Amino acid sequence: MNDFVIKTNKLSKTYKLCAEEIHAVNEVDLDISAGDFVAIMGPSGSGKTTLLDMLGCLDRTSNGSLEVLGNDISKASENKLADIRRGKIGLVFQDFSLIPSLTALENVELAQYFAGQKRDRKKAHDILDAVSLGKRINHLPKQLSGGEKQRVAIARALITQPQILIADEPTGHLDTVNAKEIFDLFSELNEKSGLTIILATHNQKLGSLAKRQIFIQDGKLVN
Amino acid sequence: MTAFSVAYKNLKRKPIRSLLTIFGVAVAVAVLISLIGFDRGYQKSLTADIDKMGYQLLVTAKGCPYEAATMMLKGGGGLRYMEQKVYDQIRTDERVDMITPQLVSTVYDPDRQDGAGGFALFMGIEDSYLKLKPWSTLKAGSWFSTPDANEVIMGYEAAEVEQRLVGDEIYIPRYDKILKVVGIFERSGTQDDGIIFLPLKTAQQIFELPNKLTGIGIKLKDIRQMGTFQEDLYDVPSIQIISLAQVRGTILNLVSSAKLMANSIAVIAVFIAVIGVVNTILMSVFERTQEIGIMKAIGASKLKVFKLIWIETMLLCTFGGIFGGILAVLASRLVEAILKSLLPYTPDGRLVLINIQLLIAALIGAVVLGIISGVYPAWRASSMRPVEAIRRSE
Ligand SMILES: Nc1ncnc2c1ncn2[C@@H]1O[C@H](COP(=O)(O)OP(=O)(O)OP(=O)(O)O)[C@@H](O)[C@H]1O
Ligand SMILES: [Mg+2]
Repeated sequence: MNDFVIKTNKLSKTYKLCAEEIHAVNEVDLDISAGDFVAIMGPSGSGKTTLLDMLGCLDRTSNGSLEVLGNDISKASENKLADIRRGKIGLVFQDFSLIPSLTALENVELAQYFAGQKRDRKKAHDILDAVSLGKRINHLPKQLSGGEKQRVAIARALITQPQILIADEPTGHLDTVNAKEIFDLFSELNEKSGLTIILATHNQKLGSLAKRQIFIQDGKLVN
Repeated sequence: MTAFSVAYKNLKRKPIRSLLTIFGVAVAVAVLISLIGFDRGYQKSLTADIDKMGYQLLVTAKGCPYEAATMMLKGGGGLRYMEQKVYDQIRTDERVDMITPQLVSTVYDPDRQDGAGGFALFMGIEDSYLKLKPWSTLKAGSWFSTPDANEVIMGYEAAEVEQRLVGDEIYIPRYDKILKVVGIFERSGTQDDGIIFLPLKTAQQIFELPNKLTGIGIKLKDIRQMGTFQEDLYDVPSIQIISLAQVRGTILNLVSSAKLMANSIAVIAVFIAVIGVVNTILMSVFERTQEIGIMKAIGASKLKVFKLIWIETMLLCTFGGIFGGILAVLASRLVEAILKSLLPYTPDGRLVLINIQLLIAALIGAVVLGIISGVYPAWRASSMRPVEAIRRSE
């Protein structure tokens, strides 16, 4: 089916620590279709980040197959992963991870530059407007609140017009009010522009707002 | 938003660290510029000095040739005396175009330098002296009235130091003699500026050295005869003959050992600067592990990360090069003063010659330095794995 943006078959990630093998992600079968809004939930250490890193083409797989946007990337090299990821997958992290020496606008423009796209200040400005930061574009990260920083990070992920947005605990460092607002922003993006969103969260209440919930424990999906 | 501005803004994050690194590069560049500038300047003024002596060969009484070489350029060489008959003998040689006898004497004057005391330099000369230096002109006054007149003509600086005008009198303390100033030379830019000239006969009489000379300057009709002419004079007892080309070589030899030491200092300075730059950039790369991981995660290719770090290094070195150039220009007088106190002989004129070509070359050198020292840190940054980089600092 061409509808799937992500398709896995017995996808696994194994870490070898001395003699011990840790199956951080263990034979996961998962299909995600275009326009989905998936929340991955599970206790700490269950393998959420490990799974998202593979889906987001950040980390190599160990076993099983993984297809992202029509590319078979099972065991693909770092360089190939980077090529598939670039411009097509937007990433948002827990701790905002903005470049401290650059303003909100510059952080967004930087992603454009890295993705090898034409730099377009108006577009960057519009996207910051869309995440309600139109008035703070020239502020440095240290002059912004946690919620505002995460909005900049989302704008940075969106500027390249990715097909998939992957967020690892995007609200983990935010208070309830801000977390809800960020979550609402995701819902809006998913509904208005049909963006495929996959996020991991500890927060059951927020997770239940997504279209689809997936639970993971000890590296395995549970129903 | 360019790679340049990202790199520049990052350097501004740690201003003191960046400035210190730039300063390190600047010092190394300034040392290099001063040394090369000195090399050019010294040779140039030395050559100019020697050209302006007007003669190619100098005959002096036998002694240490090194001593003779420097004394001669200082206008001295007057510590040993030879008989005037040597002059009469050489003068008749038909290969000689022009020849001039000299008698140099130094007189201690306790009133000099505001009472600190100092040596006044006197030189007895004949009319032929001027023929060898056709560019010497009198600023004021006229030539000696007779070959044994009690008169002096002062070098430009000597007149300034002694504050004498034409018509004034000058007193020679040790010999208790008063002479009349009849002329003052135009500035020549050579050692002659500091000398007080008097007729040869007068000098021999005042300094109680009848029929004695300290040197004979010779210009040959054909410079190619220099070799055979010198050989012929080897037979004359108790004199030595020095060609000015030799003198130049001798002095440059003396200076080259000092230069060797200075060059090693420059090499060390550059080495330390490179280590400083690599250390600074490497430190900032490691501090930014997570940041670089994020950059790669959001799409930065190896090449772009490499470029970013490389530009940072080059910016540091370029600023260092610019400030180093400014530093070298500002400090060149100071460097000259230090060199003058260290070197066996320093010619007149600028010792450290810094021109725009040298500054540009130094700047290019600094940028190349940046290119080289940036490779390793940039490579380290570009080969970081994004997942590890992001997780490691969490
Ligand atoms: N680089 C690594 N080397 C070895 N083990 C690892 C590595 N990264 C993760 N793990 C292990 O893999 C398992 C899954 O970790 P992961 O970070 O994916 O969990 P998580 O669900 O994201 O947890 P949290 O909610 O705390 O973020 C854990 O047991 C962890 O210790
Ligand atoms: Mg996690």
